[in-house]
Amino acid sequence: MALNQQQNTVCLRTLHLPADERCTLAAYRRLGGYAQWERILRDKVDPSTVIEELKLSNLRGRGGAGFPTGLKWSFMPRNAPGQKYIICNSDEGEPGTCKDRDILRFNPHQVVEGMAIAGYCIGATVGYNYIRGEFFEPIACFEGALQEAYAAGLLGRDIQGSGVDFDLYTHAGAGAYVCGEETALIESIEGKKGQPRYKPPFPAQCGLYGRPTTINNTETLASVPVILERGGQWFLDQGRPNNGGTKLFSISGHVNNPCNVEVSLGTPFRDLLAMAGGVKDGRALKAVIPGGSSVPVVPGDLMMETDMDYDSITKVGSMLGSGAVIVIAEGTCMVKVLANLSNFYMRESCGQCTPCREGTGWLARVVGRIAAGQGRPADLDLLESVAGRIGGRTICALGDAAAMPVQSFLKHYRDEFVQLIERGASHAA
Amino acid sequence: MSFRDAPLAVIRDRDQATLLTPEIRAAIDSHVAKYPGEWKQSAVMPALALVQESNGGWLSRELMDEVAAYLDMPEVAVYEVATFYGMYDLKPTAPHKVCICNSISCMLNGSEDLIHHVEYKYRVKPGEISADGRFTFKEVECLGACRDAPAVLIGKTYHEKLSAAALDTLIEGLE
Amino acid sequence: MTDTLTIEINGRACEASPGEMIIAVADREGISIPRFCYHKKLSIAANCRMCLVEAEQGGRPFPKPVPACATPVFPGMKVQTRSPKAIEAQRSVMEFLLINHPLDCPICDQGGECELQDVAMGYGADCSRFTEGKRVVMDEDLGPLIATDMTRCIQCTRCVRFGAEIAGLRELGGTGRGEWMRIGTYVDHPLTHELSGNIIDLCPVGALTAKPSRFTARAWELTARDGIAPHDGVGSNLRLHVRRGQVMRVHPRDNETVNETWLSDRDRFSYVGLNGADRLTEPLVKREGRWVAVEWTEALTLVAERLKAADAHATGWLIAPNATLEEMYLAQGIARGLGCPNIDHRLRQRDFRGEGADPRLPWLGVSIPELQSQESVLLIGSDIRAEHPLLAHRLRQAVLADGSLTLVNPARVDLTHPATQLAQGPAGMVGELAAIAAALGASGFGILRNVIAGVKPSAEHQAIAASLRSAGGNDIGLILLGALAAAHPDYTLLKALAYVIAGFTRCKVGYLPAAANSVGAALAGALPGVLPGGEPAARRGLPVSDILAAPCRTVVLWGLEPDLDLGNPRLAMDALAQADFVVAASAFRSESLESVADVLLPIGAFAETSGTFVNAAGTWQSFQGAVPPPGSARPGWKILRVLGNLLDLQGFEYRDTAEIRTELATQCAAAPLDNTPVAELGVAPLGVGEGLVRLGDVPPYAIDPLVRRCGPLQRTAGLATIGVWLNAAQAADLGLAAGDVVEVSQDGPVVRTRVLIDQRVPFGCARIPAGVPGSETLGDQFAPISIVKAE
Ligand SMILES: Cc1cc2nc3c(=O)[nH]c(=O)nc-3n(C[C@H](O)[C@H](O)[C@H](O)COP(=O)(O)O)c2cc1C
Ligand code: SF4
Ligand code: FES
Repeated sequence: MALNQQQNTVCLRTLHLPADERCTLAAYRRLGGYAQWERILRDKVDPSTVIEELKLSNLRGRGGAGFPTGLKWSFMPRNAPGQKYIICNSDEGEPGTCKDRDILRFNPHQVVEGMAIAGYCIGATVGYNYIRGEFFEPIACFEGALQEAYAAGLLGRDIQGSGVDFDLYTHAGAGAYVCGEETALIESIEGKKGQPRYKPPFPAQCGLYGRPTTINNTETLASVPVILERGGQWFLDQGRPNNGGTKLFSISGHVNNPCNVEVSLGTPFRDLLAMAGGVKDGRALKAVIPGGSSVPVVPGDLMMETDMDYDSITKVGSMLGSGAVIVIAEGTCMVKVLANLSNFYMRESCGQCTPCREGTGWLARVVGRIAAGQGRPADLDLLESVAGRIGGRTICALGDAAAMPVQSFLKHYRDEFVQLIERGASHAA
Repeated sequence: MSFRDAPLAVIRDRDQATLLTPEIRAAIDSHVAKYPGEWKQSAVMPALALVQESNGGWLSRELMDEVAAYLDMPEVAVYEVATFYGMYDLKPTAPHKVCICNSISCMLNGSEDLIHHVEYKYRVKPGEISADGRFTFKEVECLGACRDAPAVLIGKTYHEKLSAAALDTLIEGLE
Repeated sequence: MTDTLTIEINGRACEASPGEMIIAVADREGISIPRFCYHKKLSIAANCRMCLVEAEQGGRPFPKPVPACATPVFPGMKVQTRSPKAIEAQRSVMEFLLINHPLDCPICDQGGECELQDVAMGYGADCSRFTEGKRVVMDEDLGPLIATDMTRCIQCTRCVRFGAEIAGLRELGGTGRGEWMRIGTYVDHPLTHELSGNIIDLCPVGALTAKPSRFTARAWELTARDGIAPHDGVGSNLRLHVRRGQVMRVHPRDNETVNETWLSDRDRFSYVGLNGADRLTEPLVKREGRWVAVEWTEALTLVAERLKAADAHATGWLIAPNATLEEMYLAQGIARGLGCPNIDHRLRQRDFRGEGADPRLPWLGVSIPELQSQESVLLIGSDIRAEHPLLAHRLRQAVLADGSLTLVNPARVDLTHPATQLAQGPAGMVGELAAIAAALGASGFGILRNVIAGVKPSAEHQAIAASLRSAGGNDIGLILLGALAAAHPDYTLLKALAYVIAGFTRCKVGYLPAAANSVGAALAGALPGVLPGGEPAARRGLPVSDILAAPCRTVVLWGLEPDLDLGNPRLAMDALAQADFVVAASAFRSESLESVADVLLPIGAFAETSGTFVNAAGTWQSFQGAVPPPGSARPGWKILRVLGNLLDLQGFEYRDTAEIRTELATQCAAAPLDNTPVAELGVAPLGVGEGLVRLGDVPPYAIDPLVRRCGPLQRTAGLATIGVWLNAAQAADLGLAAGDVVEVSQDGPVVRTRVLIDQRVPFGCARIPAGVPGSETLGDQFAPISIVKAE
């Protein structure tokens, strides 16, 4: 294990503190928290210098798509008149992902500070943190932080006499994965079903309540204060060029010690696996889904030679996504795993786009049938064709997310599907 | 007008001061205050959550209609929300809800067995009330607690890395 | 700099405006792109994904197919709608749409005119690869007009968006998620909006179909004939679907300046009344108290003799305001030819004191689309949604575009948008208008001076005044007078105040016509003081109130039922009972006609005659008969022509309605529609009377003999029934509660009915509808009434 790696220094920098202190304002202050926010307020820092610093840091969106954050903020018409909004996406629903929950529980003030700075930079005086409804404890932690921050004069009107206003609220979800999609999330805050909007217009032009809006993941926003404190170059140096900084990885599945770790981008997968205690019960590694359930699966041996950053993972045909590393040990039926994933997308499709509404159910039924030993030889071509007909043809990326696992499982583990079909057929005979 | 950009406010004759209870109205008001004045409907999700909780865990049509009236929303817009999100229950539930995650990380760590255990031992199917009437059993999608698989949400609390025996103890502890 | 840009679709250069979507450009160019969710009048949903096309911009192809309905054009964009990639994408979506769609076209009512079926044919669906079980969806009962077959629904959400955006009432929604999403009301209940039927046309498949015509005919058995709706002043353009001489169903025909693509439920379904059992099918003559069927010649000879023998000045002609222009013109020609100036179509108007000053050719004052761009509108005496559903829709659009709307009415009405409603009973209407006038600083002249001086404007009146003044200054302010104003005892005063307000705000004044051809009636001379073409009559005849009050010895009733279509039915029936000779031309038999008439002439109803209606905006719209009248009934104009000949009157030689229309049009050429009064209006207020006052509005499905006979409409919420609607405080004051049986009378026979509670009715008033069965023995629409609890 490369021990020179920075660990838990950005979003989880309160982790070493005693459990009952971690999320308090006092503790956060002691670590230098809110210093950046106060400096910005005091010195009237030009938003463009903050944005330049972010661009330098190469912070890429941690919600899944990896879009450069500095660039995203620069799209906002910050000087245009009228209300603008900053939204934090704490919907965390992607199977395998459980990092934002820890940030909210262990370091909520850093999210508050990150959102305040973001609001300042894009010209938004109101922010909402959309936290998934099941996160009762994280919601309470974040609400507690909000109360403290208001009481300490870090939020509200004319903060610290700076003339800057920023109000921040929690909006709790109620159980819908698709609300993690940014426009579905906006619809949800607007009191509707969480059905994604077609784009254009993009949220930066027409978002929440029809106003320009920026949406970032919890981890993305929580990274901002530290980047400003230690400099964009420092953050960039934590990772690799074009893959700046540290990243939280949620390692789950067949490992001895499932955990969240914050390490440099570019950390070898091998090291990450070691941090999670290795494959469960000493079994061999079969496969890894490296970025949350929506990304293509990668065979274990290939993964063992790969580093955990955006570019390296793209090279092995998958994506870093939300940084949820799902480890699958030898001896696992991949058809069953795919059936689980396909069921998830069927149940979570919002239902508006024809290919997703009809196609996810079709995929799930066919995969389910194969898993139950009732597959037919033609089913594999059918699955590939149906998946191909969903991908790229829907309003949001849930359609692609449903298609990619099917395509990648068939690519790497086709023989398992064939076997099951043949065995099923022989059983039937 | 696009249906998307503006709320469709419905003004009714009903006296809002007679809807729900004063406590719930006050709690809803505190949510309404977070959003722009014409966007009262933004508070529909917290309002439904509050009403559901005070009604023993589920939403009746009458209560949804009261929420609609209180937030000046069309009734059907409230039904849409209530039926879209998984945490709202639209038929009577037991006092407790036991929600077992069935998604991939939990599945890889034995949630299927846990689910079968509950189904068998408490004679209950997902979405229904256990034979002893103590809890409603729900299978849910990823709870965002994958590193603690298998994860179970009981009431408002996450329980992690649960074995069947540990879950039994928790269930026995429900009054 | 440039307002247009050029894109290329399938290699063809097309002009487009910035921000337009590809599909709109393609539609204009006649390039077909399949679609289900897109509809030009609704917001974009982009969810069906059927319209996927291949596109490139600046030489760079988009990586994925793009939805043509939601992709805005850019200069130099190139679009391929039929390239292999586009077709593959469209085929894929088609396959997805069909996997859960029942293939029951042979028994589906939409079969033969189904957008899904059409597109599926075009895309030659390969034999189904979907072998799982198909989805089945429970049906909902949406009421008597719309049948559902929700398993066929393809979730395009057009019907849901229609409710939210056009109707302004979200009755339908999509509940549930993913595959489990269902379109419906969620809790079974009938749709109530007066435009609901449009979702039948919007639904691209057979999920929502017309209940009255369901299973009656297949699309390909029907012949389509154009028509014009015969009820309100919009004159919606129709397509009548006919089979074997019967109207089977009615669809809208697009006309942007009239009904756009919409139709009110009244215009869509009233045809059902044509096929009722009580059609009058042969001429009848009353002999010794018994009705005897006779030949046309015998009936008409008798009528001619009696008309000729009658004292012309004691003869009166009452013509329904939805008679055709040609019928009205010939009728007044006969009346005036015989020296009778007493002819009128304003059946429910009560106050004629301002007649001498009235504009001769009143109309809406603006075109129908212009309603939509008004900045401020003052609506006086109108339940606009009931009277003119599609004008209400236009006004709603005006309000949504930040316009403001004020209503001065006897009672509050239901609207689907914000508005200021001043509703303090019928008597209060004068005061409210006076207060707005006072807020404008008007002092009035003559009698108006006292009226205006007697009120104190509130802040609300000031705000209304300011809004009208600003709108009038921009030439987009309008004051409209509706049916409830016309039935008001102080109509003249209401008009006078409207003109005072108009004068001070520079708003236009407009009249909402009572029916399909009210504007035409003035043009045709169906008025006691106006000749065809708006010429003032040398000798003014009697208006409807005097024809009945005098009463006339000889009366002609054209297309109306005297106990339901006249402002004061009790007075009317008494007057007709006293007359020496009453001849009624009617499409229907009715007890009241049979009791008062001496001769009944069967005439063709809507769709059974050619003719012309002039709509509220003054547009002449002609139509042909779509079906023959039943039995020996004949189109009205033919009967009048023969009558004219029997009376030896000049010029009754017309071969068709076109000739009549042309003759009248020549006379109208020099007479533009004009709402300027020809003299000063202004009379002393009469008041409504003391005590509890009746509000006798006419429900939307009670306005004429045809709708009253349409069963499906009568089973909806707009139904025409008698009852007493009181607000809770008023009911308590009278010692009454909901459901109590009461005895109601207006200085006449007692009517027993039930009490209903309705908070829209102000204190001091009781809403008892007019034009509905049970109301025949009551009097004026707004007048004191007595209500006692029945023993
Ligand atoms: C179906 C779907 C689910 C998503 N769920 C999440 C989520 O739970 N959390 C999140 O931050 N982003 C999620 N995203 C990505 C967001 O749409 C968006 O890209 C992200 O919040 C942007 O923030 P970032 O730039 O900071 O990553 C989801 C996207 C899709 C298509
Ligand atoms: S792709 Fe699926 S989840 Fe996304 S908008 Fe379309 S139907 Fe909804
Ligand atoms: S018509 Fe374009 S997506 Fe439906």
